[in-house]
Amino acid sequence: MATGFIVRKNQYYDSVFLMGVNNRLSQIQGVQQTAVLMASEKNKELLVNFGLHGEEIESAQPNDLIVTVIAETPQIVETVLANLDQALISQEASAPASHLHSLEEGLVEKPFANLAAFSIPGEYVYREAMKALEANLNVFIFSSNVPLEEELKLKQFASEHKLLVMGPDCGTSILGGVGIGFANVVRNGTIGVIGPSGTGLQEFTSQVHNAGYGISHAFGTGSHDLSDEIGGVTTLMALDALETDEQTEVIAIVAKPPGQKTLHHLVARLKNCTRPVVACFLGTPPEDVNTNSGILWARMIDDAVLSAIQVSGKRESTPGIQLTETEHGLARQTRAKWSSEQCYLRGLLAGGTFCHQSQQILLEAGIEVYSNAPLKPQYKLTHPDHSYKHTLIDMGDDAYTLGKPHPMIDGTMRKQRILAESYDPSVAILLLDFILGYNASMDPVGELLDAIVEAKQRMQQHAGDLAVVASICGTQEDPQELDLQAKLLQEAGVILFHSNAKASLFCCELLKPAKEV
Amino acid sequence: MDIKHKIEIANEEATRRLISGDPVLVDIAPAGEVIPGLEGRMITHSGPPIKWQRMCGAQQGAIIGQVLYEGWADSFDEAKSLLDKGSIRLEPNHHHQTVGPMAGTISPSAPVWVVENKSFGNRAFCRQVEGRQQFGDYSPEALASLHQWRDVWGPTLRKALLKMGGLELKTIITQALQMGDELHNRHSASSSLFSNAMAVAMAEAEILRESAVPTLKYITRHNLIFLGLAMACGKAIADPASNIEYSTVVTAMARNGTEFGIRISGLGEAWFTAPAPVVDGLYLPGYTAEDAGLDMGDSAITETVGWGAFTLGGAPGILALVGGTPEEAIAYTREMKKITTKAHPTYLMPALGFAGISIGIDIRKVVQTNLTPIIDTAIAHKDPGYPIIGAGLVRAPMECFKQALIAFGQRYNSQ
Amino acid sequence: MQNKIEELLHEPLVVINVGLKGFAESLEQQEVEVVQIDWVPPAGGDPEMIDLLERLL
Repeated sequence: MATGFIVRKNQYYDSVFLMGVNNRLSQIQGVQQTAVLMASEKNKELLVNFGLHGEEIESAQPNDLIVTVIAETPQIVETVLANLDQALISQEASAPASHLHSLEEGLVEKPFANLAAFSIPGEYVYREAMKALEANLNVFIFSSNVPLEEELKLKQFASEHKLLVMGPDCGTSILGGVGIGFANVVRNGTIGVIGPSGTGLQEFTSQVHNAGYGISHAFGTGSHDLSDEIGGVTTLMALDALETDEQTEVIAIVAKPPGQKTLHHLVARLKNCTRPVVACFLGTPPEDVNTNSGILWARMIDDAVLSAIQVSGKRESTPGIQLTETEHGLARQTRAKWSSEQCYLRGLLAGGTFCHQSQQILLEAGIEVYSNAPLKPQYKLTHPDHSYKHTLIDMGDDAYTLGKPHPMIDGTMRKQRILAESYDPSVAILLLDFILGYNASMDPVGELLDAIVEAKQRMQQHAGDLAVVASICGTQEDPQELDLQAKLLQEAGVILFHSNAKASLFCCELLKPAKEV
Repeated sequence: MDIKHKIEIANEEATRRLISGDPVLVDIAPAGEVIPGLEGRMITHSGPPIKWQRMCGAQQGAIIGQVLYEGWADSFDEAKSLLDKGSIRLEPNHHHQTVGPMAGTISPSAPVWVVENKSFGNRAFCRQVEGRQQFGDYSPEALASLHQWRDVWGPTLRKALLKMGGLELKTIITQALQMGDELHNRHSASSSLFSNAMAVAMAEAEILRESAVPTLKYITRHNLIFLGLAMACGKAIADPASNIEYSTVVTAMARNGTEFGIRISGLGEAWFTAPAPVVDGLYLPGYTAEDAGLDMGDSAITETVGWGAFTLGGAPGILALVGGTPEEAIAYTREMKKITTKAHPTYLMPALGFAGISIGIDIRKVVQTNLTPIIDTAIAHKDPGYPIIGAGLVRAPMECFKQALIAFGQRYNSQ
Repeated sequence: MQNKIEELLHEPLVVINVGLKGFAESLEQQEVEVVQIDWVPPAGGDPEMIDLLERLL
């Protein structure tokens, strides 16, 4: 047993406070008894009972603090007294945390963090994300408008330090079952997926789930990752990670067409992948890419889902997506209600990938379609607010989201555009998408329902009918509940599909005779 | 060693000095006897340096009052003409180890609190706190309290204090912070504790009843009696933290009603100034924001050492005076943690779970977080001749912190 | 020791969320350890100050 004490000159605390300190010190392992008190005459007498006396204690004044420790070993006594300040100020830690305003404060709060997620103005991203990387954190960047050279520098730094940069302009990732950003609630499983686009990943993962299968991990890489400027740094790193991940049996890549150089580089890597790979670059791969290389090519997200399921479920191959007889019949009935003027499709899409895929499907069916985000320059709208013939609008384009909420979060902009389109008597079809999941609007259908009903009524007053064709991307487990949202749409007379590709194919079918006429 | 590291070490030293400050009231003596360099026809004032012509109305009024009090002139006009001609020397308190509330005027015959920082041996001085002349009121009624202070209260307290052999103030400050004072505009606890100590001292010094009674009445009814002491303590604590190479810690914040100025440890005696801000305040009956002068006084020395509005969360009683809700007060106090280097180990706030007050304002953090120090303060009239008109909260202007950071970069970054 | 990317796949996530509060809330709903940072631009967005702070802080 050992005893020790310390006198702190002119360090006043009230007795209630010191009782708390005493309590804390006495709970330290190996400590048998402690006395923490101001050196009043009365208190000094108490110390005599501890066996403590002598010049230093005698001369102590009422404003001096005396701390006495009796413990099993001299080392414990020494340690406790040496760390006294901690006990004296540790009360502070129990004060409620304040609002934190910087990454540095976050790092203090969570020293074992493994991911930093950023949704801040693009101009600040490089500096902040670099600090996170320097602190050995992986990074998820939702922010857009980050200069490409900064993106490249972040990704190169990350690559050298074996860290992953998801983004910038990355909406979605699912890591070990946890959805980050705009993610749907999906089953855990054996299919891994990588993609630059949030909605592409949401469509893929939701469809896998709705087909009864599950996702190991879904890596968002950022919308520019497969550009030739970036060269797919994150895509390749995510591929490495999935390839060595025991849970993952098949790897899918779902992306808009990559840059030319990057595509060749990526294909070369995919060929050597030790896991089966499904590649979907929305459309037919360019002719100079060797498609006969063990990679399973998919033209649409739905095809990619089917291929991945076949590989992981070891199932026989099923035919690609096509419309059923009932749907063909529905198309005939729908067309029959149109007035003679009605002939054009107007698509107002919240998902950038959906706008791309719908255009691709329509173009492949020989239907010319204009857009604010066209697949070919000749189909560029002169003004995004003015539809022309068949038009598909990416409502999440920067022009619409500058200073305004994304249509996935707030339906106001789409609602206004739906009503605007309904005043054009040549409009026959309205194509919409509804995206569920974390961080999306809690009632995306409800937000547009009134406008949809009003638009349909207006067309009916002109002896026609508006065909509203919609797809929902989501699962029953999502916070919005797929079935509830679907029911609302069906009750409003909306023709509903559970995939954007199928909704687009249905639009092609509706437009067929118009084209043939 | 890179510059960031050097700054960290320097700031740690500056903070250590701030924390180890041990103020003791050692005397209450005429300013001319104790304040270095205060001599002849000279008046010191609050804030960064400023010429008579640029002074705000309240500070001009207070200086005129001080001239009349010293008997250097017999009328407003006479006093003004002396000042216009430049026959009275005007210098900032801070250039003389001194601080003063509001206009902060000090002249040789006025007794000042003399506080010694026992840890470092330096002294600091502060004038009497009252509600009229320091706000710019130069009327005979306003000057009466200055005369009483000079002739009765000051000498009586001095006698008792010297007999007692000085009064340790750290203990009073520690207790007062735990009793709901923030030591800038709320001094209910500290003033009581001080009066208790002095009452005993006066009895022991066998002060005659005719001096003892009015003096006791004065100190026991003056609920801001301790402000002058707290300010002198703040100055005595802050000065040793000055002139540390590479330190970005603020060692003074002071306002003269025209400009707000700060000094930085690593930048020596230089002032970094910006126009004095408008105080967001509550007004006494008969006054409105229209009447208000701009932020004024050396009393922000209390915030400089972590008291005042930095401690607002621990002093909800002050909110009746300066406005705001307890939640806002706690938020301010928490916010100040973001711009300071450390929590004080002994100055604690029970209301915040006994968190230590935040000390060591770091200009880098101020600029980085875009949060400037918060100050609670009294408000003077914009024109000369008025007493106190209100009180409120004010933020130090960001501009002086940015200027200081640029100057710091120029001085040290190239080395 | 596994590298940080493997940690992302196999260990519980611990997230510092800088910006949109919703992201942190959705992680909390999934019982992920997350700290929310109500981010504000450094130095109020003043580029000269940001440069200076880069070197000094």
